[in-house]
Amino acid sequence: MSGSAQPAAVRLPRPAFRPRLGSALLSRGIVVTWLSVMVLIPLAAVVFRSFEDGLGSFWDYATNPQALDALRLTVLAALAVTAINVVAGTAIAWVLVRDDFPGKKLINSMIDLPFALPTIVAGITLLALYGNDSPVGITVAYTVAGVIMALLFVTLPFVVRAVQPTLIELDRDMEETAASLGASRFTIFRRIVLPNLRPAILAGAALAFARAIGEFGSLILLSGNIPGKTEVASVFIFGQIESGNTTGAAAVSVVLLAISLAILIALGAVARRGEAI
Amino acid sequence: MEASAFPISGEEQALEKRPKDKRPRGPLDGGSKWARWALRYSVLFYLAALLIIPVIMIFIRTFEDGFIESFEAVTSEAGLHALKLTIITVLIAVPINTVFGVLTAIVLVRQKFRGKAFLNALIDIPFAISPVVIGLALILLYGPRDGFVGEWFFENGIQIIFSTPGIVLACIFVSLPFVVREVVPVLREIGDEQEQAATTLGAGPWQTFWRVTLPSIRWGVTYGVVLSTARVLGEFGAVSVVSGRISGQTETLPLFVRKQFEVFNQGGGYAAAMVLAALALLTLLLMNLINKKEERV
Repeated sequence: MSGSAQPAAVRLPRPAFRPRLGSALLSRGIVVTWLSVMVLIPLAAVVFRSFEDGLGSFWDYATNPQALDALRLTVLAALAVTAINVVAGTAIAWVLVRDDFPGKKLINSMIDLPFALPTIVAGITLLALYGNDSPVGITVAYTVAGVIMALLFVTLPFVVRAVQPTLIELDRDMEETAASLGASRFTIFRRIVLPNLRPAILAGAALAFARAIGEFGSLILLSGNIPGKTEVASVFIFGQIESGNTTGAAAVSVVLLAISLAILIALGAVARRGEAI
Repeated sequence: MEASAFPISGEEQALEKRPKDKRPRGPLDGGSKWARWALRYSVLFYLAALLIIPVIMIFIRTFEDGFIESFEAVTSEAGLHALKLTIITVLIAVPINTVFGVLTAIVLVRQKFRGKAFLNALIDIPFAISPVVIGLALILLYGPRDGFVGEWFFENGIQIIFSTPGIVLACIFVSLPFVVREVVPVLREIGDEQEQAATTLGAGPWQTFWRVTLPSIRWGVTYGVVLSTARVLGEFGAVSVVSGRISGQTETLPLFVRKQFEVFNQGGGYAAAMVLAALALLTLLLMNLINKKEERV
């Protein structure tokens, strides 16, 4: 994408060629150093620490029953939340683009609220409505339902904001053609609209999944962090750090990192395929 | 990776492009009124139950226990210190990320070199990993006892972990992608003809940047700054790990909120959460205003 954006043929005679090359090298050097110091080296430290005591010890830490419970809950909850987001996010985007009702603009701008709201506050908003003294009589605090709900809250914008622009750009002539050829509304949605939205939905879903895998702040108060029941991986890692077992924390972190990276790579592939279309 | 986590800017103007009455109706728009209503109200119910009513509840809860009493926690010494530390963190982390973010975006878009794809992927990592892991990474590197370089800093009297530098580092890490990801698409869109023209006319790289590049990317930069500020204000996981959560010393506002709930001062917790929620709503307002500005340019 970026390589082709700049045509190789653009080789204008540059009077200031040398200084430009110098500043290019300098800026590149600064950026590489910056990202190495800020991101790459800290992450390398985690990977290094997790294998410090050997592969066997890494395996023991990563597969201890409490860690496995936490990882299982994290992955399953993230999958469930992603699936719900795919349906709900697409429906929200659809209503925001194709429907019309008073207050739509306000609703549209509210969608970004989970991005702007601190995660601890996100957890507290849910605790205020669905906590132990819930005014509506629904209590999800300290349950897996509470975990799912918190994750749904913080990942809400991803699919909506990925699908919305694609839906706006979508050419309605195709739908009309299909309708004039006798296709039912369901068929039009399934055969015309959905295939066009698929890359956007997948990109949003991958982001939501990656976010759900690592979520911490919104869960700390709402989930109760009961080991084996509502404790997610990041809360487990936090507990290990607090009790001084940084090697164990690093081992589980590496497993989480591997899952996130797999998602990131898949996301890149999806995005590239979307562009190719 | 083109797909930004925040593909927000831009969709609104497209919504408004066509006049309401002349909006062409596709076959999926008309049809059964009931189906449309059912979808609309299920979506609105979902948003109300998950997002809108819970956020309103924070304000209700704050006033429920008496606004003055609840607010006492925020204006207590620890509360004010938390607020101050949060603001200091924003004032250090956001400018650093803005400068390096713009530079990174320019290098990524305007230069070709080996390993660029890797660098590009590296930038998105803070979005893809748990803030707790980010905190752990910083402890393992800078921790005074078992950090790889932390001991050296410690021996030279510089404390990073359990202190403000650690909090700032954590906040820089978590908000690193925002400015880059907002500026990259803008830089791509404007192309480099104007910059090349400036260079041909004898402008140096510095002059070209200030006079040509920066004016055209300013709204992208502003949007990135707003998103970074919101993220730094609210960062919880990474700061929880590196700060040691010492009340009145290394406690930022989000940590203070949690502390209030842990000591069963729920009113105070809701009041402090309300302050953060109000800041988030302000952020949202700014995001919308910037989108409108971009539309006009």
